Amino acid sequence: MRKSWSERIGFFLLTLAGILVLFILGVILLDIFSKGIKTISWEFLTQPPREGMTKGGIFPAILGTFVVSLITVIFAVPLGMFAAIYLHEYARPGKMTRLIRLSIRNLSGVPSIVYGLFGVVLFVQMFKFGTSLLSAGLTLGLLTLPWTITACEEALKTVPQSYREGAFALGATKWYAIRTNVLPYAVPGMLTGVILGLSRAAGETAPILFTGAAFFIPHLPKSLFDQFMALPYHLYILATQHQAIEKVRPIAYGTALVLLGLIFLLNLSAVWIRYRYRQRMRG
Amino acid sequence: MDKNIKMFVRNLNFYYGNVLALKNVNLDILTNHVTALIGPSGCGKTTFLRCLNRMNDLVEGARVEGQILLDGEDIYSPEMDSVQIRRRIGMVFQKSNPFPKTVFENVAYGLRIDNPYSKAELTARVEKSLKDAALWEEVKDRMNDRAFELSGGQQQRLCIARALAVEPEVILMDEPASALDPIATLKIEELIQELKKKYTIVIVTHNMQQAARVSDYTAFFYLGELIEVNRTEKIFTRPSLKRTEDYITGRFG
Repeated sequence: MRKSWSERIGFFLLTLAGILVLFILGVILLDIFSKGIKTISWEFLTQPPREGMTKGGIFPAILGTFVVSLITVIFAVPLGMFAAIYLHEYARPGKMTRLIRLSIRNLSGVPSIVYGLFGVVLFVQMFKFGTSLLSAGLTLGLLTLPWTITACEEALKTVPQSYREGAFALGATKWYAIRTNVLPYAVPGMLTGVILGLSRAAGETAPILFTGAAFFIPHLPKSLFDQFMALPYHLYILATQHQAIEKVRPIAYGTALVLLGLIFLLNLSAVWIRYRYRQRMRG
Repeated sequence: MDKNIKMFVRNLNFYYGNVLALKNVNLDILTNHVTALIGPSGCGKTTFLRCLNRMNDLVEGARVEGQILLDGEDIYSPEMDSVQIRRRIGMVFQKSNPFPKTVFENVAYGLRIDNPYSKAELTARVEKSLKDAALWEEVKDRMNDRAFELSGGQQQRLCIARALAVEPEVILMDEPASALDPIATLKIEELIQELKKKYTIVIVTHNMQQAARVSDYTAFFYLGELIEVNRTEKIFTRPSLKRTEDYITGRFG
């Protein structure tokens, strides 16, 4: 029997859409890669910018992004993880829990610039952390929290109820059961979600714009309360704010490539962790 | 109270939200005997079983009325710790649920909760539990294998060993053989005969022959009510109620 025409047309259109998306993505990546790769050198990765950012490297920005991401992780991961454990394992289902969950879902859709403004008010001004690594890291942490909580909750959902009940039936307390028979199987899934959230945060410009990222500082940050340079912000400056945009274009492409590489590495590690996790759950 | 009565259930009502799932159940569970709970699906026998070790506490909207005594103590009294209750009343689930750990760690799980044992003592207790569950010979060289690598019947006996390891007084079994082939089922049934020497056993089963083979007492549940309870041979030969007879002879259910 021959396939119906509507089936064929449907299949064709879906394939076309898939190819088109891949094609567009491919062109962007290829463009960044081909133009950026020429700039990448040992000096570029390890030296600070020189001569009004027209020469030298982007090391302070790499370091800044790394440190700020680290603060984000230290702040958002435990908080998000425990919030997810509370929501999934302890909170009684009801109006309140539904409301909390709905708020979290909504927060993940709030534009990042709003988080930036919120960070200024809360961390920079109220807590008096100033425009600093700490303020920016915490702001990015807030940004990733909804993602982290949701990802951690999803990971908890994948642990079969029978692991909990089996532990309770042996006289385990709730926390003991969660600690020994739920978390070990949920943590890899949690990490996957956390890393994906982080890779999004690492590429954000808006939240760090007012909270700590600097246009250019000749020295590396010495404490958590110093301003810093970051890859996405550096890229933004080179692409739109520099006095010689055409001249620094290769550096902008190089910066973009480094940022992409960093995010690619993060995502790759998420894939790897998920793969290991599947192996483990299979037993 | 008669000291042969291990668990004493009076006027037990159980609600899921507003739904009354068990109506005024009264039952004595005798020490070192096997009590079988039979009845059609949805009749409340599993719900009843899960009331006995307060497993239903974990269900949202669950509410219990009435009395369940364990050795004369009300297990639902506010001073009673459900965690301690579950240590005295073990449970084997319908679908074997080994944890994704090694064979050894599965059996050791309950023992590690307060972790009062030395390594040697732990090993000895694990071995003893596996022997009691008639599984030792099959797994003694596989202690570090993943529990999921065992056969279905072995996994269920592993779960029984895990329950035995914490030395409960009562063991609740929820259709422990429903997912097993006849040979594995037979092994579980032989095991139950062996275990009742040391433990009090309550078993839910859909299988009439199984109830007849393994139990001393049989309780027939229907639509949330305990219809009839008696010595098993009586229930299966001369039930006093027509509804019981209809069910065990397969006229409905």
